[in-house]
Amino acid sequence: MRRFILIAVPFIWLMALFLVPFAIVLKISLSDIALSIPPYTPQLDLTEGWAGIKAFFAELDFENYVFLTQDQLYWKAYVSSLQIALISTILTLLVGYPIAYGMAQAPDEWRATLLLLVILPFWTSFLIRVYSWMGILSNEGFLNQFLLWTGLISTPLVILNTNTAVYIGIVYTYLPFMILPIYAALEKMDGSLLEAAEDLGCSRLTAFWLVTIPLSKSGIIAGCFLVFIPALGEFVIPSLLGGSDTLMIGKVLWEEFFSNRDWPVASAVAVILLLILIIPIVLFQRNEQKQREMDQ
Amino acid sequence: MAQTVFAPWDDPQAKPLIQFKNVTKRFGDFTAIENLTQDIYEREFFALLGPSGCGKTTLMRMLAGFENTSEGQILIAGQDMANVPPNKRAVNMMFQSYALFPHLSIWENIAFGLKREGKPKDQIAARVDEMLRLTRLEKFAMRKPHQISGGQRQRVALARSLAKAPKLLLLDEPLGALDKKLRQDTQFELMDIQEKTGTTFVIVTHDQEEAMTVSSRVAVMDEGQIIQVATPAQIYEAPNSVYVADFIGDVNIIDGVATPEGDAYHIAWAEGQAPFTAKTATRFSEGQRCYLAIRPEKVGISADRPADMANAVQGQIIDIAYLGNISTYHVKLANGQMMKAQTANTRRLSRRSFTWEDRVWLSWTDTAAVVLEN
Repeated sequence: MRRFILIAVPFIWLMALFLVPFAIVLKISLSDIALSIPPYTPQLDLTEGWAGIKAFFAELDFENYVFLTQDQLYWKAYVSSLQIALISTILTLLVGYPIAYGMAQAPDEWRATLLLLVILPFWTSFLIRVYSWMGILSNEGFLNQFLLWTGLISTPLVILNTNTAVYIGIVYTYLPFMILPIYAALEKMDGSLLEAAEDLGCSRLTAFWLVTIPLSKSGIIAGCFLVFIPALGEFVIPSLLGGSDTLMIGKVLWEEFFSNRDWPVASAVAVILLLILIIPIVLFQRNEQKQREMDQ
Repeated sequence: MAQTVFAPWDDPQAKPLIQFKNVTKRFGDFTAIENLTQDIYEREFFALLGPSGCGKTTLMRMLAGFENTSEGQILIAGQDMANVPPNKRAVNMMFQSYALFPHLSIWENIAFGLKREGKPKDQIAARVDEMLRLTRLEKFAMRKPHQISGGQRQRVALARSLAKAPKLLLLDEPLGALDKKLRQDTQFELMDIQEKTGTTFVIVTHDQEEAMTVSSRVAVMDEGQIIQVATPAQIYEAPNSVYVADFIGDVNIIDGVATPEGDAYHIAWAEGQAPFTAKTATRFSEGQRCYLAIRPEKVGISADRPADMANAVQGQIIDIAYLGNISTYHVKLANGQMMKAQTANTRRLSRRSFTWEDRVWLSWTDTAAVVLEN
């Protein structure tokens, strides 16, 4: 009985805050757009009893999903989002791994400070940080001013409102999510393993490749998913830093919802996005599970 | 048939495998090794013994190539090892933590070093299988290190470090993590493997029993210096200092003043007490301070004064440590000095001759004790 209550608490939590909202979104995605508040039909009217419920279900259909396949915009946005998320995950890994490695190699008394520095940006609002990137990357921004001053370029680089700016924004924003799990994996690595590898004939570089990388694999995988999953649905960064040709599904969803007020289509977009995300989320969970088994 | 004794260190013709020449190692202000010179010969099982912080691990890490010398030279097989990185040395090390690669199977762990040499696959496989047989690990080849016991991990570490057939194998507290029974079994296993492979072993340990059991020679270290190097028997029977006598096994140390008397010395140790007599090869001058070191098992205990013993002294039993096969009596002498005497329990415990508070005579011959200068 006690065990049942223990399980029930998180279970009810998930039900109320995840499953119920999802059911609502799913229902809206099967509805039709309407000029009303809320802007869709049918609405469930329980006063009419059984007949009302039957009529309600009869009106639900997959029209919106069919629509998503007919308009090229949507599947292009999905593919482009996947592409941007994938590339920025790889970029974040390339930037984040050396930082995590450096932190793990740092003397003990420095580590807490370095860890704090990684988390420090979270103390400022995410929106403000993205706005400040607009200030840095714009044509008259700090970066161009600096490069013009050093004489490296003669005309300002166009970075803001391109995909490059989106990559910079995503890498910057999600870098801590990449660094922290890799750092955690590297930090608990036994230093004598590298000495053993060298003793058995490895150079420093091969020892890194054959020992350090495999032992931080779980951290790398965790970090990549932690960046990839939110980056796929990202909408603030592409809408603020990206240009008109930056196509990301998060931005499309936002526009459907707020500009077009087409809640049913927006909900359908969201449901498909969720289905796409289930795959990496399951893989992520499996990686975590495997790691826990290894640690035992 | 007379067996030739293995003692290359007594043979002036023998060429040492390892030579430390005036080696000094400093870490900042701290001197870990001070002006150390020592030869180690091929096929030796050489033990570095000392308390923690005495520099024995530093010495070993310098042999492996993880530390450079601050001054002096280390030669292996006549070649100067300065600037030779660990991966270019014919030296392998068995780490205290074993340092097995957790992401690789036992088989792959043992093959790790062989693969780096770029040997053909079938040769690697043959060598790994040979190592698995040697360490009796065939059944566990496909397991991961976290799926086997501590004793098995220790054998994997040994197999991995032996796989490349190094000239020199370094063992850093190899048996530290094992319980006593397993440790004793493994000690004999180690000696057996050393004999079979003919590799030179250098072992670091703080366990004097382990050092005595396995090694051909023991080096007792203290504060970055080797105090004495000798065979286990010599170290035990003829320590060169109070430090070594005290570090190896149990010992009674009696502080006194020497007076030459014929071919022996009289050692005055307390006022109003008859001096002790001891024979020694070391020369002492009249009135020189000296230390008498006597092993408890060489001290006899009896109710009456034995007539034929060179030394006899009366005291009172304060404590008895019963260890099953032997008992150690802690006896207080007239001047308050405590002395330990050990006897084998050849009779049943209920028929023990002495008990607490008994007044007894302790006695030993004139050759039983070692007279030391410092």
